[in-house]
Amino acid sequence: MNTGNDTLLQVNNLRVEFGLREGVVKAVDGVSFTVSRGRTLGIIGESGCGKSVAAKAIMNMVPRPGRIAGGEVLYHPRTSGPGTVVDLTKLDPDGDEIRRIRGGEIAMIFQEPMSSLTPVYTAGYHIMETLRIHRPFSIGTVGERIAGKRTVGKAQAREIAIEMLKRVGIPNPQSNVDRYPHQLSGGQRQRVMIAIALSCEPALLIADEPTTALDVSVEAQILELMRSLQETTDTAIMFITHNLGVVAQMADEIVVMYMGKEVERAETSAIMGAPRHPYTQALLNSVPILGRKSRKRLAYIKGMVPCATELPPGCVFHPRCARFMAGECDRLEPGVTEVDKGHWVRCLLYQRNEKKSNA
Amino acid sequence: MQATPAHPPHRRKDQSYWSLVWWRFRRNRLAVLGACVVACFYFVCVLFAEFFAPYTKEHESEVLEAQPQAIHFVDADGRFHLRPFVYGHEKQFDTRLRKRYYTVDTSKRFPIHFFVKGKPHKLLGFIPADRHLFGPDRRNPEAYVTLFGTDRLGRDILSRIVYGGRLSLLIGLIGQLLTLFLGTFLGTLSGYFGRTVDIVVQRSTEFLSAFPDIPLFMALAAAIPPEWSSVKVYFMLTLILALVRWGGLARQVRGLVLSLRESEYVLAARSFGASHTRIMFRHLMPATMSHVIVIATLAVPGMILAETALSWLGLGLRPPDVSWGVLLQEMRSIRAIRFAPWHLIPVPFVIAAILGFNMLGDGLRDALDPYGRR
Repeated sequence: MNTGNDTLLQVNNLRVEFGLREGVVKAVDGVSFTVSRGRTLGIIGESGCGKSVAAKAIMNMVPRPGRIAGGEVLYHPRTSGPGTVVDLTKLDPDGDEIRRIRGGEIAMIFQEPMSSLTPVYTAGYHIMETLRIHRPFSIGTVGERIAGKRTVGKAQAREIAIEMLKRVGIPNPQSNVDRYPHQLSGGQRQRVMIAIALSCEPALLIADEPTTALDVSVEAQILELMRSLQETTDTAIMFITHNLGVVAQMADEIVVMYMGKEVERAETSAIMGAPRHPYTQALLNSVPILGRKSRKRLAYIKGMVPCATELPPGCVFHPRCARFMAGECDRLEPGVTEVDKGHWVRCLLYQRNEKKSNA
Repeated sequence: MQATPAHPPHRRKDQSYWSLVWWRFRRNRLAVLGACVVACFYFVCVLFAEFFAPYTKEHESEVLEAQPQAIHFVDADGRFHLRPFVYGHEKQFDTRLRKRYYTVDTSKRFPIHFFVKGKPHKLLGFIPADRHLFGPDRRNPEAYVTLFGTDRLGRDILSRIVYGGRLSLLIGLIGQLLTLFLGTFLGTLSGYFGRTVDIVVQRSTEFLSAFPDIPLFMALAAAIPPEWSSVKVYFMLTLILALVRWGGLARQVRGLVLSLRESEYVLAARSFGASHTRIMFRHLMPATMSHVIVIATLAVPGMILAETALSWLGLGLRPPDVSWGVLLQEMRSIRAIRFAPWHLIPVPFVIAAILGFNMLGDGLRDALDPYGRR
């Protein structure tokens, strides 16, 4: 794995559990990945597979009754050196340190641009508020108190807000900076969200289904915007979506999740070109392709997503798997196997092959 | 629809939320009337009582328990006077009831003068002035004007209503402000943090609301030391009223915050590094404000009535302070109702102020509700 200086975020065996009355739900169960500076990581999976919870766990914002049960989230600050790496899961979720990282180092945008802005404040106020919380210039080393809290002045903050709105392509930023969320369209609101997120020049932007609530043409605009901003600011993006088309054009690397588990992780081209895990294969097969002539019915994954409190034994995917191996998949829990360089799969098919080849 | 067209720079200014609220409010005649009534009361009684009242609240005239004087333009001889005037009283004695009473003495004609010089006073507490809106002619030392009659000590009831309104209305307003502060603060805390904080706050509101109002007031008011100055008593009273009544507001705010704290913008604010305090008081509380304003406006009459009731019972303000409740205290005897019913004149003023507040509050509620029918 890449642990060089351009590593930004390292998630190791992250586990998040929700203690419910029905039992413990393992929303995220042993997910590991690495985000490098300036690169885009896509996380895909169907609804309820733990994508958003994983994102919130990175921000140390898991809602009650959930808790981070294990693993670590190592954040490598910009002024990287030995001893500056912070494990975000160990920080007090309400403490100063994590609050400085939220928004300042790692920013997040959400699925619902319609309700992500406080209705009583203007677009500009939101940006200025974030700026004033984080003091954007010369962000100090994380984990060390910034000596003499110097905040941006009001006029300066306003200038930055207008500049940010201009950068995210809001028309007439001079007047739109004073407009309220209800006066902006959905696409504009998501642009404002991106402007807020990028205003403090974070090293990582977590986009949790940022375009799901938008219509297709606006979606394309927003994706284009994120890509161009990434080029100019060198921000890493963690892109969470269930839309395979979107992730294919955005991401450099993809993590596929199923029932809280990471089932496959590889470069985008590897996942798209040669998926290994049966779930990924099925997922890709179920994408409708425009203009395909064949009268073949659209493939889908048979069966239902299992109940989160009663996960099947062995591999969680085995009841729906097309390449189910009786006596193995329903008994043994698969580990992660590296099938190619940088291509990791959690499936007994490959584990068996590996064992054989080792033998 | 999807594309976002660039607006021409000279486009019409957008209607803000408050301009829409104002527009809806103005269309509601009753609400505007209520607002005017309330504004008049505060203007006359609270701000400029010294100017509008013809006498001071302590001024004692020669005539005791005299009935109200009627305003005349035509005198007993049928002559018309441009300047309105009142007739003086003539003292009589009812030998059967062994009681003093007054008849109208048409030989004593007291013209009413406007903007007359009277006792010097301080307008708004700092502007020295000596004019009153109306009053008797100063050159005639016998002249007096008492449109609402006088009380047992010969004090002008109209003047006392004006001065009494000052304390009653202020108690309502200040007490409500305290309630608003307490209620929103505790309600927000309770709704946002939930768990222990919620339980503590909610159980205290239940505890308070389970108490019967009047005995609680009585107990608290009885705890005020009698030697305290009137100002101190006054503020204690507002504090007591606020402490007893914050519960309802706190519950409403808690309910609102409880639903709002799950919204995406709270999550977003948190993800941008906002602290709990910031989220509570910058992002959640403003959203409850329109609701709170309505509840608060509708609760002011309750405050005024509570003060009136307490003072009437003799537990609130005490003479020489004057409030509407203190004025009505005079009405506790059958004798007063039978022989001096003009002591009841404060009642319509209390009712008018309360109706005014209620109409204003109703209008505000309709105007602030964005989904209400227009």
